[in-house]
Amino acid sequence: MKTTSVMIVGVGGQGSLLASRLLGTLLTDEGYDVKVSEVHGMSQRGGSVVTYVRYGEKVYSPIVTEGECDYIISFEKLEAARYAGSLRKGGKIIVNTQEIDPMPVITGAAEYPADVLETLKGQGFDVDDFDALTPALEAGSAKAVNIVLMGHFAKFSGIEKEKWTEALKKVIQPKFLEMNLKAFDLGYNG
Amino acid sequence: MKKLLIGNEAVALGLYNGGIGLVSSYPGTPSTEITEFLAKHDDIHSEWAPNEKVAMETAFGASLAGMRSACAMKHVGLNVAADPLFTMSYTGVTGGLVICVADDPAMHSSQNEQDSRHYAISAKVPMLEPADSAEAYEFARSAFELSERFDTPVLLRMCTRIAHSQCTVEIGGREAVPMKEYVKQPAKYIMMPGYAKQRHPIVEERTEKIRAFAEDCPYNRAEMAENREIGIITSGCSYLYVREVFGENVSVLKIGMPNPLPEKMIRDFAAKVKKLYVIEELDPIIENHVKALGIEVTGKSLFSAIGEFSQKTIRDAFLQEGVRIDNIPEAQGAAPAVPGRPPMMCSGCPHRGMYYTLVKHHITVIGDIGCYTLGAVAPLNALDSTLCMGASISGIHGFNAARGAETEKKTVAVIGDSTFMHSGMTGLVNVAYNATNSTVIILDNSITGMTGHQQNPTTGYNIKGDPAAKVDLEALCRALGIRRVRVVDPYDLKACEEAVLEELAAEEPSVIISRRPCVLLKYVKPKTPLKVDSGKCRGCRKCMKMGCPSISFKEGKARIDRTLCIGCGVCEQLCAFGAIGGEAE
Repeated sequence: MKTTSVMIVGVGGQGSLLASRLLGTLLTDEGYDVKVSEVHGMSQRGGSVVTYVRYGEKVYSPIVTEGECDYIISFEKLEAARYAGSLRKGGKIIVNTQEIDPMPVITGAAEYPADVLETLKGQGFDVDDFDALTPALEAGSAKAVNIVLMGHFAKFSGIEKEKWTEALKKVIQPKFLEMNLKAFDLGYNG
Repeated sequence: MKKLLIGNEAVALGLYNGGIGLVSSYPGTPSTEITEFLAKHDDIHSEWAPNEKVAMETAFGASLAGMRSACAMKHVGLNVAADPLFTMSYTGVTGGLVICVADDPAMHSSQNEQDSRHYAISAKVPMLEPADSAEAYEFARSAFELSERFDTPVLLRMCTRIAHSQCTVEIGGREAVPMKEYVKQPAKYIMMPGYAKQRHPIVEERTEKIRAFAEDCPYNRAEMAENREIGIITSGCSYLYVREVFGENVSVLKIGMPNPLPEKMIRDFAAKVKKLYVIEELDPIIENHVKALGIEVTGKSLFSAIGEFSQKTIRDAFLQEGVRIDNIPEAQGAAPAVPGRPPMMCSGCPHRGMYYTLVKHHITVIGDIGCYTLGAVAPLNALDSTLCMGASISGIHGFNAARGAETEKKTVAVIGDSTFMHSGMTGLVNVAYNATNSTVIILDNSITGMTGHQQNPTTGYNIKGDPAAKVDLEALCRALGIRRVRVVDPYDLKACEEAVLEELAAEEPSVIISRRPCVLLKYVKPKTPLKVDSGKCRGCRKCMKMGCPSISFKEGKARIDRTLCIGCGVCEQLCAFGAIGGEAE
């Protein structure tokens, strides 16, 4: 079988490591050969972050390059655009419509591009954009944006929802489980 | 048991199952998690040392005592520990000794991208280099045997991509390794000229013995395909990228031990293929070895010595060479140009108030390595230099020695608490002893921040989080010869300003300890977020000058993001119109 490549992108601190751990655990349980490449250290401090998850029968490289990505899951609008060049022809971008100003925008050196998702759609990108922050807050915390997005992605993953729930139980601390299961459901049904 | 592990956890488990008894390290991305994972095992001794030299010498001591031991560090940490390394090559080991060193091609979190393989060659010790977590586990586990068999420390080279990538690893159990007997051996362990002269020939003989081992060892392997048009010698994650591009349809000599490199194995492989390539990140170590054997090879002329590779690097290079490649990816389109998103100091970071004060008074700032290096970016642009761990204090001493009174009154050094313990203290001794009128600011956030919150000798806790001896920074600075030592709260801008101006004006060296714990520490409870009264805000943008990610400027007024603001109150002190304060709606 062909290797499937997923990129989880966002802003340092948005919880991309937990999202990739969830996906990695699920795919391993499903019997796939899995590779995950994470970002630690300096770029976590509010910088742009990208995590790669690849799975299939036999996966070699842990990273995803230009034109290779099947799904980009973006926690923030601008970041979806930044990594769009990685998407293969016919791939899909799932994006949270939340805007987080990067420092060049805060200082006034640059402007936050007003219609960046429309630009992508105009170029023929398959963009599935939705507000993940509101359901995250409804579930109990802005920090649950990551699980809302993974819930949304789950619909396209071809893996049963129950399997996702089992993986969630493995990677989430018990005291936060209920909130995250709710966030997952809101993303899945959203 | 099979488990999905990052490379660093795999190394930790490999060392553990290989019978490690002691690990001593200083944190450094991308090596930190090796020691953190080892510290979860209560049946071994684990610790954060003040720096890499101390860590390596501690591991040496444990090996001398007969215990299998290890240390882990980033590539530049090996510079700090190079002194013991070169002579440990002469003494050899009693208990197996493994030195894990993590390079950072592309400089994700580093100040240079030096290639640690040079150290293996110049210190004449064997080096292993895994390509993924599964190999990282196996190489780390077996490195102790290699170390004891050849009586040498062993370097285990990781890189960022392997350290922080996960794959499935088959894990066995822990080997029960009894301590070796301690026997006094002066000629082996006292490295003074008479004995060292006897040891050097042993080192040279050892290298040849290990080279013979390299010809037929589990670390190097030739994987011959039917296709012999090209042959690729490669190592580390480049091996994975080669396989990603060609699948099984290419002949590869996979090097897992980059020092010492085999000769016959390389000659045999070269003879079987029409055109030979070497693909290795950073410097041409394997390539130069192949060339020294008189074999024609293409390497750095096609594959850069700069940065990280990927399957794309390899695909593009071979397409340029006219080599046939199947399944070339087709992108949906090009990414639109968007503003960059560099890392920055967190909302409520205690360093910000002190930096704002320094920038306001146009102070020259000699910087150091840590989260606070991010003070260099806009809008603060606070730093003038950053070199290596500890260089802020030694640097300001030289700067002031060169320019004297002209700079002494308007220059400071900034250094974190952990970096001060690592190698700032010796610089401060030099300031006091050789008398420059230098002002040093210790940015004490009570944790080793940038590497992800490790304890250090100033925090009062050890690697396990248990209470430990706590260095009294004020008393230490006085003991080193500095009479003027004062503490300020960086959230109090007025106090910061008074301290900085008074200490710069003083006619003797001084230390200001800017003390407040990192806001990301679990015990630091955020205060209520602040809000902007848009009726009072005049849009002067003064609050924007300190570069807080919580404050943005929309429709002519400042605005505070309540999901990010932790209520530190620094912006409230900056606002001349009383527009910031209170509680968010």
